[in-house]
Amino acid sequence: MNSKYIIDIQQIRSQFPALNQSVYNKPLVYFDNGATTQKPQMVIERLKSWYEQENSNIHRGVHYLSQQGTIAFENARKTVADFVNAQYQHEIIFTKGTTDSINLLASSLGNLLVHDGDSVLVTGMEHHSNFVPWQQLCIEKKATFHVTEITDQGEIDLANYQLHLEKKPKIVAIAHISNVLGTINPIAEMIELAHKYAIPVVIDGAQAIAHQHIDVQSLDCDFYAFSGHKMYAPMGVGVLYGKEKWLNSMRPYQFGGEMVSQVSEQETTFNELPFKFEAGTPNVGAVLGLESAIKFLQDIGIENVKKYENELMHYALKRLSEIENLRLIGNPAHRAGVISFVIDEIHPYDLGMIMDKLGMAIRTGHHCAQPVMHHFGIPGTLRISFALYNTFDEIDSFVEALKKAILMLS
Amino acid sequence: MTIEQTQNQIVEEFSLFDDWMDKYNYLIEMGKDCPMIETQYKSNNYLINGCQSRVWLHTTFDGGIIHFRADSDAVITKGIVNLLIRVFDGHTPAEILTADTTFLDKIGLKEHLSPTRSNGLLSMVKQMKLYAQVFQLKSTQNHE
Repeated sequence: MNSKYIIDIQQIRSQFPALNQSVYNKPLVYFDNGATTQKPQMVIERLKSWYEQENSNIHRGVHYLSQQGTIAFENARKTVADFVNAQYQHEIIFTKGTTDSINLLASSLGNLLVHDGDSVLVTGMEHHSNFVPWQQLCIEKKATFHVTEITDQGEIDLANYQLHLEKKPKIVAIAHISNVLGTINPIAEMIELAHKYAIPVVIDGAQAIAHQHIDVQSLDCDFYAFSGHKMYAPMGVGVLYGKEKWLNSMRPYQFGGEMVSQVSEQETTFNELPFKFEAGTPNVGAVLGLESAIKFLQDIGIENVKKYENELMHYALKRLSEIENLRLIGNPAHRAGVISFVIDEIHPYDLGMIMDKLGMAIRTGHHCAQPVMHHFGIPGTLRISFALYNTFDEIDSFVEALKKAILMLS
Repeated sequence: MTIEQTQNQIVEEFSLFDDWMDKYNYLIEMGKDCPMIETQYKSNNYLINGCQSRVWLHTTFDGGIIHFRADSDAVITKGIVNLLIRVFDGHTPAEILTADTTFLDKIGLKEHLSPTRSNGLLSMVKQMKLYAQVFQLKSTQNHE
């Protein structure tokens, strides 16, 4: 099987210690990568070496360790900027994760652009993290919150999107890839459409970043947010890319050390980009771990990853089609990362419980996307989500386990 | 039968199972058995919302005794609901308030009452105890 691919799956798997374990005496099949991926040895080692040998507070010390730490941290920023092809390094803001990045925007960009009587536009397939912050902003500003409809295939209704754009919302926020449906949204086209009305576009890239090459300049998005932990990096670090012109005009939303320039009793002037959005001591170890994760992905080649995961996805869809009464939730033309489904007459939670006992790490429930559940009229789904270390054999084991669980529950 | 006796009986029943599959099959059978609550009570007023599965609980208090009826949309949750009802139904508020749920540890189902499961069961137990507290308070007030 491996000869078909440029990547050697067994060699890759051997770099992930957490994959090599049994749960309930069954070999672990980890299909919950949409929630978080496992970490390769080089990322774990990077964190370890930071804390064992390099730990210091950055940007403010004159001593050796602090200076080395600052250099390493800023090099990591350059790595991230190159990874997503940002024009400038200072367009990369380190945050705690996607949710943190979007909350920063809902506050800072929201305060800049959204006022009484304005509106903000999202889509009906957003994760709560790219839905609730905008909704709450609208409530606070007495603005209107609009939601673009999705089709029964699980795609964005572009005609409806166009209608909403004509109402000239102040901000548009869109998931690159849906965390429930796996839909790859046509964001380049959607960004272009929004820009015709001079509306800035925020992309939630949490589910996309590990699966395909991101080029923020060719997308021309105004903001792109993602988390480290969904792309083999440690938890607690995320990124907000923003176009310089926007970041410069936005006021910071958190205040504290490092992000200021001059402070007196009367006033404070803020530091320049990117520091004005990075109040407090950053998670340096995790940022360096993110840099390692990027190198890990680049060594394999993100195009290779995409090709391999696509094969996995097609194989999984084919095998799942063997199962009677299985209904895919969302059947988009372009899909990556996740497959959601329900089995008629069986509650997703029951299936999840049995699948867990069979060693299958999958997700059940509404996946923090209740509007999607409402659209399809279901309480939840079972979701499997892939990473580059998953195998065709694991899909076979999964399908066998699923058949067994269905039998028990029928 | 006292609460403790019922709990011991359940522990004994579960000791017959060799592996988790038998245990879960039993839970599933119990879950499928009999409608446990009248349809009128499967409404939002009686709903205990879990993130993963939902539980409806209806309680009556008659002659110093509490009766519980409950249901769930997930069959495994319903099986455990059934066990909880078997243990707590038909007892006085005082008996319910002093009882615990350690029998679930003994039969290896403790995880279902974990807050991380978010299946409504932990809230159901809390709700049952809360009812017991309220009914106890009511009956003392009536006697005053």
